[in-house]
Amino acid sequence: MIKKTPLYNLHIQHGAKMVEFAGYQMPIQYKSGIIQEHKFTRENAGIFDVSHMGQLFITGSDQLTDDLEKIFPVNLKNLKINQSKYSFLMNEQGGIYDDLIITKLKDGYLIILNAACKKQDFEIIKKKLDDKYELNLDESLSLIAIQGPKAKDVLGKAVSNITNLKFMNGGEFEYDNSNIYITRSGYTGEDGFEISLENKKVEKFVDQLINYGAKLIGLGARDTLRLEAGLCLYGNDLDEKTSPIEANLKWAIPKSRVDSDYPGSNIIKKQIYDGVKTLRVGIKPETRVIARGNTKIFDQNNKEIGKVTSGTFGPSVECSIAMGYVENNYSPTNTKIFLEVRGKKVPANVCDLPFYKKNYVKGEKNV
Amino acid sequence: MSEVKFSKEHEWITLEGEVATIGITKHATEMLGDIVFAELPEKGKNVEKDGTAGVVESTKAASDVYTPISGEVVDINQSIVDDPAKINEDPEGAAWFFKLKVKDLSELDTLMNKEEYEKFAKETSS
Repeated sequence: MIKKTPLYNLHIQHGAKMVEFAGYQMPIQYKSGIIQEHKFTRENAGIFDVSHMGQLFITGSDQLTDDLEKIFPVNLKNLKINQSKYSFLMNEQGGIYDDLIITKLKDGYLIILNAACKKQDFEIIKKKLDDKYELNLDESLSLIAIQGPKAKDVLGKAVSNITNLKFMNGGEFEYDNSNIYITRSGYTGEDGFEISLENKKVEKFVDQLINYGAKLIGLGARDTLRLEAGLCLYGNDLDEKTSPIEANLKWAIPKSRVDSDYPGSNIIKKQIYDGVKTLRVGIKPETRVIARGNTKIFDQNNKEIGKVTSGTFGPSVECSIAMGYVENNYSPTNTKIFLEVRGKKVPANVCDLPFYKKNYVKGEKNV
Repeated sequence: MSEVKFSKEHEWITLEGEVATIGITKHATEMLGDIVFAELPEKGKNVEKDGTAGVVESTKAASDVYTPISGEVVDINQSIVDDPAKINEDPEGAAWFFKLKVKDLSELDTLMNKEEYEKFAKETSS
């Protein structure tokens, strides 16, 4: 049975082309199309229905913090209430079951999980916590992202006092006589917010944001936006056989956790000290040719050295862009590589990420 | 210029003397979405009816372009390679793909007229 999010009718009303994604009917694009939606988000404010993602609440106090640190390679003891961190659920080999955002709440933690992984994540986390805590993968809540330079103005008209939120911080706010939870975060390389609110209020809320000038944006533009921002998509760029170190996400594992215990910690520690065989890099083809996932990568001597994991045309950078894994000695910026597309070898260069420069806001000041 | 004919692969074709102009239909561009890449056959190449004669890629996926009839490629529209967005803007006009010196005019008889194509397009897209 394919599920619908509470915004299904609104998507249809706005002319969405629906596709199945992770067991849900989701909008891939609306009438104006992926490129226009992408550009609108970069210039104005785009609304994304991400209600298919998992919102996992775990209730508990200090002991829970200790127990979660045995699962996630992140420093939760130093995390302030309402602060968020990017982290991973990993297997014993250091591979990634899921990448996620964990936020400390007054009485526990909120973990945002990828839609396709959420059920398995829930079972893994529940088992690792020995059923000691209350876990709630809350399906009564929707999740909406609003992203773009005008996101704060548009959201600010619907909800008071949001502009003081700092990047990767959250808080409770009031909307329509009830409490909603908002974090300043996103997946587009733009300033933005993610709003968790009751299913029964979400349509009214999104309608209001549309009236204030924001537009609904589909999964198609979500993908081009995140790829321009150099952000990984689980299932494409990350999987159970890839470690965070290979994925060039070492920054997400704090130094204080390198020597402590979590699933895969021995392997991760070894990779941090000894290096890895393959590394995720940014790739710019020299022509307009698009190198999609699974495109083989070669060196100048025709030796196969890796493969592309995501590739598209970047509407803001106006060129073909890709990410992929190459043998470590080919990872330096400007290394010449070749992509095999439809039997032809297309010249390309390893490049720095992101392709599109971020414009995150920390508090009120642009940085 | 002759009546416009259509293929089941969503190409259109017109004939002027023995040279045919071929492109993809508006319906095809609507299904594909924003086109961001186009590859055309080389001039001088001989292409066979229903064979691959190019590629278009949208933000979502790549699709082959087929030739509805056989012939020799005598011209290509470089402007759509340089700016593929033109294909979405005017697919059945300025954004033609390639011109063929037709090998066998009778191959045109296998194609659909506008009315037949519109019916076909409606039935196959749902």
